[in-house]
Parts: sequence; C-alpha cells; structure tokens
Amino acid sequence: MEDDAPVIYGLEFQIHIVDFDDENNIISKNVLLHQVGEIWHISTSPADKGVLATCYNKPSDSKVLTCAAVWRMPKELEPGGHESPDDSTSPAHTLELLCHLDNTAHGSMACVAWEPAGDGKKVISLADSHILLWDLQESSSQAVLASSASLEGKGQLKFTSGRWSPHHTGTQVATANDTTIRGWDTRSMSQIYCIENAHGQLVRDLDFNPNKQYYLASCGDDCKVKFWDTRNVAEPVKTLEQHSHWVWNVRYNHSHDQLVLTGSSDSRVILSNMVSISSEPFGHLVDDDDLSDQEERRPEGKSQEPPQDSVIATYEEHEDSVYAVDWSSADPWLFASLSYDGRLVINRVPRALKYHILL
Amino acid sequence: MAAAAAGPGTGSGPGDSPEGPEAEAPERRRKAHGMLKLYYGLSEGETAGRPPGSDPLDPTDLNGAHFDPEVYLDKLRRECPLAQLMDSETDMVRQIRALDSDMQTLVYENYNKFISATDTIRKMKNDFRKMEDEMDRLATNMAVITDFSARISATLQDRHERITKLAGVHALLRKLQFLFELPSRLTKCVELGAYGQAVRYQGRARAVLQQYQHLPSFRAIQDDCQVITARLAQQLRQRFREGGSGAPEQAECVELLLALGEPAEELCDEFLAHARGRLEAELQSLEAELGPSPPAPDVLEFTDLGGSGFVGGLCQVASAYQELFAAQGPAGAEKLAAFARELGGRYFALVERRLAQEQGSGDNSLLVRALDRFHRRLRAPGALLAAAGLAEAATEIVERVARERLGHHLQGLRAAFLGCLTDVRQALAAPRLAGKEGPGLAELLANVASSILSHIKASLAAVHLFTAKEVSFSNKPYFRGEFCSQGVREGLIVGFIRSMCQTAQSFCDSPGEKGGATPPALLLLLSRLCLDYETATISYILTLTDEQFLVQDQSPVTPVSTLCAEARETARRLLTHYVKVQGLVISQMLRKSVETRDWLSTLEPRNVRAVMKRVVEDTTAIDVQVGLLYEEGVRKAQSSDSSKRTFSVYSSSRQQGRYAPSYTPSAPMDTNLLSNIQKLFSERIDVFSPVEFNKVSVLTGIIKISLKTLLECVRLRTFGRFGLQQVQVDCHFLQLYLWRFVADEELVHLLLDEVVASAALRCPDPVPMEPSVVEVICERG
Repeated sequence: MEDDAPVIYGLEFQIHIVDFDDENNIISKNVLLHQVGEIWHISTSPADKGVLATCYNKPSDSKVLTCAAVWRMPKELEPGGHESPDDSTSPAHTLELLCHLDNTAHGSMACVAWEPAGDGKKVISLADSHILLWDLQESSSQAVLASSASLEGKGQLKFTSGRWSPHHTGTQVATANDTTIRGWDTRSMSQIYCIENAHGQLVRDLDFNPNKQYYLASCGDDCKVKFWDTRNVAEPVKTLEQHSHWVWNVRYNHSHDQLVLTGSSDSRVILSNMVSISSEPFGHLVDDDDLSDQEERRPEGKSQEPPQDSVIATYEEHEDSVYAVDWSSADPWLFASLSYDGRLVINRVPRALKYHILL
Repeated sequence: MAAAAAGPGTGSGPGDSPEGPEAEAPERRRKAHGMLKLYYGLSEGETAGRPPGSDPLDPTDLNGAHFDPEVYLDKLRRECPLAQLMDSETDMVRQIRALDSDMQTLVYENYNKFISATDTIRKMKNDFRKMEDEMDRLATNMAVITDFSARISATLQDRHERITKLAGVHALLRKLQFLFELPSRLTKCVELGAYGQAVRYQGRARAVLQQYQHLPSFRAIQDDCQVITARLAQQLRQRFREGGSGAPEQAECVELLLALGEPAEELCDEFLAHARGRLEAELQSLEAELGPSPPAPDVLEFTDLGGSGFVGGLCQVASAYQELFAAQGPAGAEKLAAFARELGGRYFALVERRLAQEQGSGDNSLLVRALDRFHRRLRAPGALLAAAGLAEAATEIVERVARERLGHHLQGLRAAFLGCLTDVRQALAAPRLAGKEGPGLAELLANVASSILSHIKASLAAVHLFTAKEVSFSNKPYFRGEFCSQGVREGLIVGFIRSMCQTAQSFCDSPGEKGGATPPALLLLLSRLCLDYETATISYILTLTDEQFLVQDQSPVTPVSTLCAEARETARRLLTHYVKVQGLVISQMLRKSVETRDWLSTLEPRNVRAVMKRVVEDTTAIDVQVGLLYEEGVRKAQSSDSSKRTFSVYSSSRQQGRYAPSYTPSAPMDTNLLSNIQKLFSERIDVFSPVEFNKVSVLTGIIKISLKTLLECVRLRTFGRFGLQQVQVDCHFLQLYLWRFVADEELVHLLLDEVVASAALRCPDPVPMEPSVVEVICERG
C-alpha cells in the first residue's frame, strides 16, 4: 500500500508500530514489548521488513551496559501486511529474538547500521571505541563478527553515531566521535577520511546524501548543521545555524535531496531547502498559476525563483526536545518527529513546494 | 510794453489796492521782468516762473503772451457778478498804477547809464579812425618784406641743391666703405669672438650684397662674406655643440645661428638634443641620490634638488625654446611638449620612487612640505607648457601620494587597534599568573578607548596637513572635495571604524569554538567598546572630522546612523558570543560531571558536589566581570527570600504530583499529560536568545545555556535512587545561588525542575529525598 507510511519509534520497553493512512488521515498503532531493556537506538533491515535491530540498556546491579540484538516482529504486524484491527487495548505482542550482537569485549553499543540496499546480512555496530562488522547467518539467527577496527588516541574515545553510505556498493561507513567525523572502508576496515573538529562540540548525527555520493550532512551540539564534501574535508560546503540548541538529527529526503530535516532540543523541527547543493538541476521553470490556489501555504514555504537555500518551514508542535526525525520510506513528502515528552508528530512537505519540485 | 500800457486804459477805475506796496513789490518786479523777457523772446524763463496748470495760449490770462483784452473783458462780464467785477476792476487799477510807477523808477535809475553809454560810443568812433590809418601803413611794410625774402631764396636755391647732393654721395661712400671693410671686420669679430657683432654686420650687409651681386666687386665682397659667415656659423655650431656653457649662452648661439639663416628645424632638434643631455645629467644625479646604498637625503632635500636642478633647467629650456622658435608654430610647440612630456615622465618616475621610499615613515609634515615644493616648482613649466600636462601629472602624483598616505594611516590605525588588543590580552593574562584579583576591566577599556581615540586624532592631524591653506595643492578640486569626503572621512575614519568592527567580529567567528582562542574578558571588553562607539564616540569622531575637513563634496557619505548600527550589531554579536563562550565553559563542566559519574552506584548524598560549587563560583566571577563593564539591567520584581518559597512549592507539590506516577507502569500517559499541561502554562525557553546590553541579560543567557546542558545530559543517563537524590541536592543548591543573577528567577526554577523531573524519569527506583534534608545539606555545603 503506497499510502501507508509506517514509522517505528521506541519508548522504554515498548516498540510502537504506527501506521499512518494518508488517504483517511488515520493513525493506528501496534505495541511490541521489548522485555530486555530500555531502547536507545533502533534500525530496521533493508531487506526484510519484519527484522529490526535495537540497542538497549541491559539492567544490571551496578552498571549500565548497552547491548544490541536483532529481532523479528510477529508476521501480522509487519508494515504493509494485512490491515489489522488492533488498537491499544489489544494485548501487546512480543518480539522474537533472532540473535545478540555479542559486545562483551567491546563495551556499550551506540548504534547499529544495516548495509543499505544489501540482503540484510551485514550490520555495522558501534561499541564505545570499536567499529564492528557483523555477518548475520542462517536467516539472521546467528551473528558472526566479520571484522572490526578501533579508534586509537588519548582519552576515552566513544562513537556517538554512524551511517552506512548508500553509495560505493556499500563499502563506506561514516562515524562520529566527539567532534570528529571519520569515514571507513568496510572491506579493509581502515579509515579513509577524517574531519577533525567537524563541529565545535559533540557531533550528534550524520546522514549521506542519497543522490550525491560524496556529500554528507552532520549536526551537533554547536547548534549547527554542516554539509561536507568528503573529497575535501578542510571546509564544510555549507553551514546552517537555524537552531538555538543542540541538533540531534539530520536527515536527507530519500528522493529529493534538497529537502533536509533537522530536529533539535530547542523543540523545533526545521525543514530546509538546500537547492544549491542538491543533485537536482537549478531553476527549472514553474508555472506560477499552478501554485496560485494551493491551500496551507506556509510563509516560509514559498521558494523563490531562482531557487535559493532557505528554511521551508519550522515546526513548533513539540513542547520538549526533539530527539528523532525521519522521512517516510514510502511517501517522500511525509516525515515524523519524536520528542522527549513522547509526542510523535507527522507532517507533510508544504504542497506548494511539492509541486514546485515535481513540476 | 504796448500791451501792458494798453491795460490801464481799458480797466481804469477808482479804488486802491488793499495791500501795502512793500508786500507787493517782489510780485510786481517779477511781473515786470516777465514782460521784459516776453518782449525779448526769452520765453523759457517765463514758463519756469509761471504757475503750473495755466495755458500759455489762454487769451484770458493777463500775464499770458496771447492776452486778448476783449475776450478777457467779455469773460469777466459774462461770468462775474457785479461785486466781483468791481473788485477785479479795483484790483486791475491798482496793478496798473503799480506798473506805471515801476516804469518810472526804472527810467530814473538807468538814465545816467544811458548817457555815459552814449559818450563812450562817441569816443570809440574817434579812436577807430586813428587805428585804421596805422593798419594801412603796416600792410605796405609787410609787402616790402615779402618781396625781399623772395629775392634771397632765389639766390640761395642753387647752392642748397648742391649741398644735398654732396651729402648723398657722402652717405653712399660710407656704405661702400663699410661693405669693403666688411670681410676684414667680420674676420676680426670672429677672431675676437664677438659673434653678436659679426652677425649684426652680416645682417646689415646681406640685403645690399644680394642686390648688387651682379657687380664684380660686390660679388667678391659677398663671396668673402659668405666664407667668413660660414666659418662663423661653423664656430657657433662648434660652441653650441660643445655645450659646456650654460643654457643662456646656448640660447644666444642658437639665436645668432637663426639670424644667420640656418635652418630652424634642424637647430631646434639640436637644441632639444642638447637640452636633453643636460637634463638627463640632472636626472642621473637625482637617480644617484635615490641609490639604494647611500643614506638618501630626506625627501624635502630631494625634491629641492629636483626642483632647482631639473625643473629649473626644464623651465629655462622651455622659455628659451619658445622665444627662439616661436616662428615654428604648432609643430615646434608640439616638439617641445613631447620633449617635456618624456623627460617630465622620467622625472616623475624618479620622484615617485623616492616618495615610495617615504611611505613607510610616519612624518607627514616633511612629506607634505616636499610635495608642496615639488608641486610649486612644477607650476612654472606647467604654465609654460600647458600641452605637456606637467602640472596635471604633478597634481596626480600628489593625489596618489595623498591616497597612499591615507591608506598608510588606515593601516597604522588598524595596527594600533591590534596593538591595543594585544596589550589587553597581556594585561588580562598577566594578573592571573600573579594570582591577583581580576584585572581592572573598566580601566583597560578606558585605556583602549583613549589610546584609539588619540591615534585617530593624530592621524587626522597628520592628513590635515594636506589641506593646509599654505600648501600649494590644497586648493585643487581633489583636495577640496574628494580627499576630504571620500578619502579622509570615508576611507580613513569610516574605514577604520568598519575594520575595527570586523576585527572584533572576527573574534566571534574564530574557529576556536571551544573558547580557548579569545579570552572571554576580551570579548566583553570589545563589546563594551563597540557599544560606547555606538552611543558616543562615532558621532564625536565624525563631527571632529567634518569640522576639520570642511567637506564641500556632495558625494554621498556614510551616515552616522549606519555606522552606529554596525557598531551596535558588532557589540551585540560580541556579547552573544561572550555568553556562548562562558555558557560553554560552565556547560562543559556540568556535562563532564554528569557524564563521567556512575550514577547507579553512587552513595547517599551527604554534600553538594564540588562541581556545583565551582559553577556558582564561576558564575559569580562572571557576574563581577560583567558588572565592571555593563549596567545592572532590569529584573522581574521579586521578594527577597523568593528562593525558599519557590523551592517549597517545587519540592513538595511538584515532586509528588509530577513524577510519582512515572514509575507506576499502569499509567504512563499521566506523566506526559501532566508535564504537557504544565508546559502549556510555562513559556517556551529560548536557550540562545538574543542578549541585551546589561549584566542581568548576560548572566541569564549564560545560566540558561548551562542549565539546558545539564538537562540534556541528565536525560542521557540512568540514575540510581541516590543518584537522583544527588541531582536533587545539586539542583537545590544551584537554585539557592543562581536566582539572584537572572532576570526572571522563574526561569531557573523551571529549568531545574525539569532537570530533577528528567532525572526522576531516568531512575528505575525514584525515591526523592525529603526537602528538609535537601535544605540542610545545601545549607551545610
């Protein structure tokens, strides 16, 4: 179903699968219990929509250790499956454990990243200062550590975030630790580039441009969003300073890479139009008449001719820090954001802009 | 007279005039005069005396020239009643009588005169007759004299003619003698070196010889002369070429050669070539002065040398040339102009090289004097040779130098500003090493401000020399207009203020975002400096400039308001950056303290953690620092003991009401609902909000940033029971001390509440500490 836009988010001990029916504007939700602990990171397999990986806090008496595991959700809850009449009163389902990513030797897991466009067999996980490449075997029931690398330097180095590049046939991974962004080659597990002091403070998140292979976006505690060309890392290509507090998430739109979404702990979600560094050509002509009678035009959403980088919209529906934003994988004009107080907001790209991009 | 005599006859009647005769006398006299005048045809006197309005042709006017008694009588009879008729009759009779008596008096008075006149006339008749006889005798005598004279002339005529002829022959002989002697004279002259004399002789003889060259003897003389003249010309040229003698002598040579009929064009080329040689020698000596190794004479001396040597020489050449070759017309003038242009260009190049060496020095007065000399000296050849454009080129050089000076001063000001900043950095660093109290920021600020101001004033005074009245180029349009407005005001002053703002702003953009690059105190100081500029200094400086350089140029200049806005923006950015940097320092402290601690296995809190005390200390230090430069600012009204009151609310009602349900898994929504409702009523906190120019606003910004960091860090950790309690204690401690720094203490409470609530949410076993215990711990710590 094209219109359905499943979104998954984690709250402690539960995974909610939220179905958004675009035609009827109906939201339905399924709850999966995650009994092993508090979830800190979640990611889904690109090959099997029923499989997902989580990083979770394993409660122990004196220490908190973050572990990672691969799970399969019950068949009937798989997104895109048959329409289930479940509502919140129905009994919660339980996840089926496929395998643990054993990290006892490496420390807390910060995140898990699946090989994009792969067969769902390769997973990268970041554990403290180690980057681990896992092979999932026998329909993901067994994880074998294929190779690993670790950061070396003084002090306690800790990865905060990582992304797997969709380009280069999946051989590149970017990671962030403190203020540094590093690129890795998964074949040799060696560093290929390093952006020292990418941000003034901690780098919180990364994302690859889905259409331009060398472009990378990053965000961090200095309230900035920066765009990098990994071939020349001396200077950022572009810097945005629209947020007034730490930026926790940055996401490129999967198909129209000029649309960039950022979420910040200043409780705002900002949708920016980065035309100047997008893969789409400049200045295709727009018939203004087509746009004239559009409803819900946001004042910021109107893009001028010739196109310029601009903030399309600032969403202020959240009352507390926004910790996650993401685009729908099904509908390129839909995105969701999640804040500390548990509020999930689903928004659309302003229609005027949508037609502007499409036409 | 006849008319007046007829008057009494017609109008006779009894009655006397009522007025006395004395009063009437002048009136009557005038009337009598009028009549006399009328008689003698002197009408203009009469018309002047006549009352205006009366018609001179009126026949009824008694005094008029056209008086007609009949008409008058008729009129009287027709118009006047009897009484008036009677009156006028009386009046008329009286007047007639008066006239009669006047007449009589006149006759009596003048009788004697008539008689003597008659006598005189008779005597004259006799005398004239005698005179006539004598005249006749004179005429005959004269006739005799004329006759004699004619006879003498006739006798002398013959002799006179002969004398005239002899005189003519004599002159001719003299000329001939001159011609015959000419060759020897010329030779002698040439031998003696009296070339002028020789050329004069030659000039005198040339025409005659030319005319009579068909006679063999003259021809011989001419040939001789030509030979000698050729030799003369040869010698002159020789002398001319040797060129040892000065320009005036050369000019003389050329003049003589011209008189000898040498071709002018060739001469003028040669003349210029010689002049070039001389001037080039001057230029070379100048260039030698420029030489890199010897201690160059100061620039004034140099321009003097150039002015007296080269420019003087050029002047002489030009004036001599113009005198000598005036006949050459525009082609000659063009040649000279090209000559002057070329040499002038080389001279200018030398001068510019010398002036370029001067760019580094700080002494403007010497330079201005040198430029003045240079410019003044070039005015003379400039006037002589308008086509060569020397004066314009000189003015251009002066302008260029002036521009460069402006640039130099701008650089100097910038360097001074940077120097001030370095001093401030050192001053800020030094006392800290010595372990003393914080540096006197206000004092440093005053030092910086006064030092920059004095530098600006010095620069203004220095460039003001360029526009001084006694300087010859100060009345050029460039120095009257563009130099003042665009150069000094825009280029120097506005440019400096702008660059100052930019330098200051660059501290905000420095890559060292971790705050290590620029000491925060410097940011604060610069911010205050910019703010001071915005409020007063800029307008003061610009007014000063405008006064010193009476700007007559109409070109648009940057208004004060724009500059002020820029300075204010800079001040704001610096202050904001200061807040960010200081906030970051405290944030890092808090963050490290939250991230590195093991909150699960911590012990029951006994004390406030040291880091919190440190935070309060640092905040106090910042407060003091900011207080040195910025005013207090406005706070929201509050009671003096508000901290405790708020705390009790927060600890009792909120703690129980807010996160008690959070660990009862049955109602997870309640937490969210409650927190959401609570947030609906509190304003959104903008963490990095714009800062105002006062202490409270600055401190509020710093504290907001720090507490927000604390909040976010707490949310990333998991707390044990005692960990939560420690956070509680810490937050209470912060609350006790931080509220006094901020504009709205509610803000601190909100953020700290949020921290504690978040910690409680992140705690699997949230058992809050008793508020009273918290208070005791905090007060003890």
